Amino acid sequence: MTATIETTTPERQRTTVTTRRRAGLAPGVPRTKGTMVGLILLGLGLAVLAPALMTDFQLGQLGRFICYAMVAVGIGLAWGRGGMLTLGQGVFFGLGAYVMAMHMQLADAGFAGEDAPQFMRNFGASLPWWWEPFRSELFTLVAILLLPAMLAFALGFSVFKRKVKGAYFAILNQALVAAFVVLLVGQQTTLNGSNGLSGFQSWFGLSLYDPANRRLLYYVAVAVLLVMVLIAFWIMRSRFGELLVATRDSEERVRFLGYDPALIKTITFVIAAVMASVAGALFVPIVGIISPAEIGVVPSIAFVIGVAIGGRATLFGPVIGALAVAWAESSLAQTFPSGWSYFQGLLLILVIALLPGGVASVVHYLRNYRSYLRFNRNRRSS
Amino acid sequence: MDFVLPQLVAGLSVGSILLLAAIGLSLTFGQMGVINMAHGEFIMVGAYTAFVTQGVLGHAGLSLLVSIPVAFVVGGALGLVLEQTLIRHMYHRPLDTLLATFGVGLILQQVARDLFGAPAVDVQTPSWLRGSVEILGTAVPWSRIFILGLVILVVAGLSALLAYTSLGRRIRATVLNRDLAETSGISTRRTDRLTFFVGSGLAGIAGVTVTLIGSTSPTIGQSYIVDAFLVVVAGGIGKIKGAVIAAFSLGLLQAFIEYSTTASIAKFLVLVIVVAFLQFRPQGLFSVRTRSLA
Repeated sequence: MTATIETTTPERQRTTVTTRRRAGLAPGVPRTKGTMVGLILLGLGLAVLAPALMTDFQLGQLGRFICYAMVAVGIGLAWGRGGMLTLGQGVFFGLGAYVMAMHMQLADAGFAGEDAPQFMRNFGASLPWWWEPFRSELFTLVAILLLPAMLAFALGFSVFKRKVKGAYFAILNQALVAAFVVLLVGQQTTLNGSNGLSGFQSWFGLSLYDPANRRLLYYVAVAVLLVMVLIAFWIMRSRFGELLVATRDSEERVRFLGYDPALIKTITFVIAAVMASVAGALFVPIVGIISPAEIGVVPSIAFVIGVAIGGRATLFGPVIGALAVAWAESSLAQTFPSGWSYFQGLLLILVIALLPGGVASVVHYLRNYRSYLRFNRNRRSS
Repeated sequence: MDFVLPQLVAGLSVGSILLLAAIGLSLTFGQMGVINMAHGEFIMVGAYTAFVTQGVLGHAGLSLLVSIPVAFVVGGALGLVLEQTLIRHMYHRPLDTLLATFGVGLILQQVARDLFGAPAVDVQTPSWLRGSVEILGTAVPWSRIFILGLVILVVAGLSALLAYTSLGRRIRATVLNRDLAETSGISTRRTDRLTFFVGSGLAGIAGVTVTLIGSTSPTIGQSYIVDAFLVVVAGGIGKIKGAVIAAFSLGLLQAFIEYSTTASIAKFLVLVIVVAFLQFRPQGLFSVRTRSLA
């Protein structure tokens, strides 16, 4: 991988003298050393520091935020690198979450010696046929990955082939979330409607009442998040990542060079969808409930807010942004219930209007400014 | 065949409300390319304007008639402020207007919650709009007929504004070619402001009418915003004719699917049909050349 980057550097030498950045990397592409340091710091903070300092309850909260951060990694790729504002991640998050929740309900019912989950028996309904396959653990895991991938591919490819993009893509996605939520709410006897699925007792045979198991679940979430960041890093450094940025900046030119922008965008959209789905699947055992209210139009935009604030086109920006916004929400909303909405709205407006690259871009500006100063100094001395 | 007429009436009624919610968007989104997510909150502001007007005047019939122009001005003024402070900096970044105006929407919702409380409030329907009339054996509520009449009036007024007045000519010129309009002596900034005023004002009027069919809560805008965007997108950007046809088609579609299934399945199917329809005609029913949306 390093080899390809070195061979491509000479043609892409930056001509603007003011920046004097090491040639070869498009803006926002992470450097290997910095990324490894960042990953280790993130890992240490989440996997060592947090469990040492936090109570079990707080750790559960952090686990929920980590799930949001996973969604953010995918949004960072699709929106920040690919220019596709995905306002519909709630659909994929919800797919993963409901698949996992259905499996857990069936497993719990199995342990209790019942045939159907509690809420269905309350309605006096029998198990619908499409619940049956989710008894299998393997089928559940495969479905968590494949269902969102297939839906995202079907939607993405047809939409991008027709060159629907930008605002239209965002609105279509949003409509899809709205439709998905309406469908879920309507499924009163089969998916418990607007109450959603909750009351889980076990996760793949592990009792959720045992603090040790909950802790294990937390570590699983941290590990998955770190792997996702690594995948994002690898994509951003790869040739595909360069093509993705090129498609974002000038789709027609990429088409003209012989690539298929629709395919590039679809693959990215699928990756983002799978990341959201996995996040949803881990959200269910960590939080213990999934309902339409968690995945509607507003939560779907809320996924994007952390990414926007952290820095959409960077590697760590979306993760840190999502974690920070979720943490701020849960701590601020407790002390000032109404203040949080004002704060969130204002923060969003200010970041979008004044700092479109997010907080992470401040580093970038500073670095540019420093090299600009150095350049001026050199010019004067020579 | 006796199910056709009631569903037809229900569809027309749903369609007229959809159209009212979407007609302002077809100006601000369709003509100007700005994605104003706070449009739903402008509808909410219109609804609360009707509530406050009723509290001041006390007379249900009088307050309805007064609150329509008042809500137009209140909504329009809000839109003007939003355009002047935020949106004018982002005309070249439509996706960012979406997020920034979503932030505005969050703030407006919270303002409503702090001023009027989170529980929904009710606006009294005037006595002359209560009850219903029998048309060919189907009971049609007077309030629905009133909304249908109002939407016809609004569409006619807006079409006339765009077609015959100098403001309308300026709006159309700015939409088609901003630079050329500018060189012809049109102040495009002023046109932008006025377009936004009218578009947001129409959201205010939509807000007054939704108080006739249900309660008003701080989150009421969100139940209309997605549908309104879909109507504009399906109808074709920048075409009022398209918005009219799309709104009534969606309304009728929903009513007729609802007859054979449930309300939620009907809503789901309508949304999916629109998404599928846009695969075949991404530019909507009618298309007009506007400043392209990145």
